[in-house]
Formats: sequence, C-alpha cells, structure tokens
Amino acid sequence: MIKHDIVIIGGGPAGMAAAISAYKAGVTDIAIIERDAKLGGILNQCIHNGFGLHKLGQELTGPEYAEAYSREVEKLPIKVYYETMVTGFDKNRIVTAQNRGGILKIKAGAIVLAMGCRERSGGALNICGTRPAGIYSAGTAQKLINCMGYMVGRKVVLLGSGDIGLIMARRMSLEGAKVEAVCEIMPYSGGLTRNIVQCLDDYGIPLYLSHTVAEIHGKERVTGVTIAKVDDKRQVIEESKRYVECDTLLLSVGLIPENELTGSAGIEIDAITSGPRVDQNRQTEMDGVFACGNVLHVHDLVDYVSDEAEIAGTAAAEFVKNGRRDGAVFNTVAGEGVRYVLPQSISVGGTDDISLFMRVSKPYGKVRLTVKSGDEVLASAVKLKVAPGEMEKIVLKANKLNNLSGDITVALEELQ
Amino acid sequence: MTVNIDGDNVTVTGNACIRGEKYGKDECICPMRTVTSIIRVDNREDTMVSVKTKTPVKKEDIFAVMEKIRGVTVSAPIKMGDVLIEDLFGSEIIATKSID
Repeated sequence: MIKHDIVIIGGGPAGMAAAISAYKAGVTDIAIIERDAKLGGILNQCIHNGFGLHKLGQELTGPEYAEAYSREVEKLPIKVYYETMVTGFDKNRIVTAQNRGGILKIKAGAIVLAMGCRERSGGALNICGTRPAGIYSAGTAQKLINCMGYMVGRKVVLLGSGDIGLIMARRMSLEGAKVEAVCEIMPYSGGLTRNIVQCLDDYGIPLYLSHTVAEIHGKERVTGVTIAKVDDKRQVIEESKRYVECDTLLLSVGLIPENELTGSAGIEIDAITSGPRVDQNRQTEMDGVFACGNVLHVHDLVDYVSDEAEIAGTAAAEFVKNGRRDGAVFNTVAGEGVRYVLPQSISVGGTDDISLFMRVSKPYGKVRLTVKSGDEVLASAVKLKVAPGEMEKIVLKANKLNNLSGDITVALEELQ
Repeated sequence: MTVNIDGDNVTVTGNACIRGEKYGKDECICPMRTVTSIIRVDNREDTMVSVKTKTPVKKEDIFAVMEKIRGVTVSAPIKMGDVLIEDLFGSEIIATKSID
C-alpha cells in the first residue's frame, strides 16, 4: 500500500492552497489526487477577471489565479496524481483511487476533502415541455466556449441569476449571441452586485425577478421558452405567461457541494450547507479528515476558498504531527435572519482568534450581526447592506472564548 | 454608494472600501472594463488560450476589442503574460494561461 502523510482529494483552488499550507506547516509528504490532467479545477474555465483582489492584492482571471498556485505546488515536492479518481475513503483513512494504472490504495495520515461542487442540473427542475438540444448548465456552456472554443447558441434565455449565470450572459453577448432574458425565481438576485452591473447592465440584458421558465419548446433544438412571473409561493401566475423565441436555454440554478465520497465514508452532511459539519480547524466529525472550499459550503469568492484551505491544510499538518486535540466543543447556531454559520462547532482552549462565516436568509439594508453565547455578547458588527449572495464574516477574539456557557448563536437585527 | 457631479467636482460617498472612490468616479465619467476572451491555438488540437486586456479599456470599445481578438490565432508555446496583440485601444492583449 502507498503511504502519504496528507492526501488531498481535488487539485482546484482549495486543494492547492491546502497542500501549500500543509507543507509550510512542516509536513513534506503530501499528495494531491486530481481527476483532470492539470491542476486548477474550475478556475481553468473561469476566464473572466475579478479573482484575487483580497488574497493576492491584484485583479486576476481564473486561469491566472490557478497558475499562481499551481506554480507554487510544482515548485514544492508535492506528489500530484493526475487523471486519478478517488472512489472512496474510510475511517482508517485508507483512500481508494483509480487511474489508467489500475486501483490505488493509499494510507493517509490525514485527508483533506477539496472536491468542490457541481451544478444543479436541469433534471432537478421539472420544467414542462420538450427536451430538445440547446439546454445547458451555465458551467457546461462555459467549458464548451472557453476551453474548447465551441459556441453553444445565438439567442439565449438564462434561468437563474447566480454568478455563473451572470458571467455567462456577458460571455455569450461578447461572442455575438443575443441574451433575451435572465429569469430569477427569487425576488432578488443571488449574484454579486458587481456582476449584475458589469454582466447585465453593460449589455442591456433584462433581469426579470420573480420569474421562471414555465415551459421549453422545440423538437430537435430549442425554439423558444415560456417565461412567467411567480407568486410569493413561487407558483407560476398563468396570465403572466409569455413566449420568448430562443435557441438556447442556460441553467444557473445553484451549486451543490460534491459530497458523495464524504457521505459514503459515513460522515454526516449538513442539511443547509450540503457539506460536512466541521470545527474551526475545518476538521469533520471523522478524526483526521478535513474539508475546505466549495465541498464544505459554496463560496462566492475564490479568495475565501484559499483562506479556508489554508486553515484546513495547516490543521491537517498539525494533526499528522500531534494528533487530535480538542477542548470543550460548542455548536454554532444560525439565529434570526441567518441561514447558516460555518464552522458548525468550535472547540475552545486555543489561542487563535476564530472567524465565523455566515449567510443571511434574505437581503436586508443596515443590520447588526451579533454573536452570543447565553447572554454574553462575543462579537458584533454593523453592516450597511447584506444579501444571501455575499458571505459575511465576524472574528471572535480568542479571549472571548474562555467562558462559554452554551451554543454560540449568530443573529441579525435590522437597524434604521 | 453615491456619486455627486458638480461641474468638474466629483465626490463619492457611501463607498465601502477605498477602491470604491475611484470606481465610482470612473463609472460616472468614463467607465472602464477589462475584456477577457479566448484565442484559438493553431498548432494544438482543440486548444484555446484565455486572454485579457492588460489594462481596462473604455466600455464603448469592448466590442471593437472583441472583433480584433476574434480575428487572430496564435501558436504555442505561450507563457502567461505574453503579449498576443499589441497596441489595442490604449491597451494590449495578453495571455492569461500558459500553453506548453
């Protein structure tokens, strides 16, 4: 059996940053297992700019951000298994993988899960009508256009206004397609404000909030879609139905952390984040198994993925050297107005400040986010504007964590 | 964020970070955008190199930039940062990935 101190599953931004930080933390026998023939993951197809402002202090495109990290990985003695697919791991941290050479069994001192996420597919939506050619997930269209140079359509309707959808609306426009409409079933967009301005407004693309695609038309190829307004229960309002001629429907309807391996290993998956539950070191409930990046919860910025991966990579190295060291464990709880908080638990006794990340449940104006344990306020922050599409962060000072009386709750109150 | 224009005097208020001030001014006076796209690599099968304008160009020039980008092919090897089209609307087109 092959042995490595740390095995990282996935060579995207999370996996690369975890590997580099684990190496810097003093563990040298590190392996990354990557199913593609190169490192970088989804960044390779995200050719737009806007990456790296927080982390690298400059505005980069996806491939540039990836190359900044892959160069560093390649400089270090980190073993990368390319074109290798992990098929499972267990609580003894034996990783099973497969490539052209056959089946590999690898005994890992620690495992870092960095598998990323995948797109929710059309099949999950149950849209009425036919199933002709011309229906793509936004990410598939992105790969076809940006990596392979195949244009997917000329007249496009987009369902969903998440960031990938917005980016693809611009990309299709730049390549000469006409984007007829972006429909968003929610009364607000899940995308970043800068993307709404620079991807839709710049190109005169209309965003229809509280709208959905009610029916797909076409036999061989999409010929059009019926779009419709929805009521507050997200049900189609019949009289608002309207036919829009198009040859392509792009779906940008959510990302799902890719946790089949995690679940199969017996690690419980959080119903809200769709990722494993972790503590502040990004350690899952299984000893020596860590998780970071979009496999843990879907991030809006890759910069935050790299930050989180550094936490996981450093902690994995610490685990290899010293084993698991837990203090008393307290759960974090999403209170009023907050959808989820990550990490889901905090083990006290450390000397480091701990950052809590959270998403709010709907858009608000000015709010105060307060972190409490019992009646004690541990931290609070005023934000001018919050939205579910933009992750918020609050730092808990280490000295505040000495006398916790129970669950740590993050709640929001609206301010004038 | 609010931008007030009073003759030549432009003031930005309500910006959440220092970048906001410049961005707000530019958005109102002369919005600039980095254009990103791809160029086909003619000596590699099914390979595209991703590219960008090294510095932002005027928003109104975006489609003219795209037209130039679409009109060319390039040959590998290419290194990230290589200039692929020189002198284009006050900027130039550089590769954003390396192709061996």
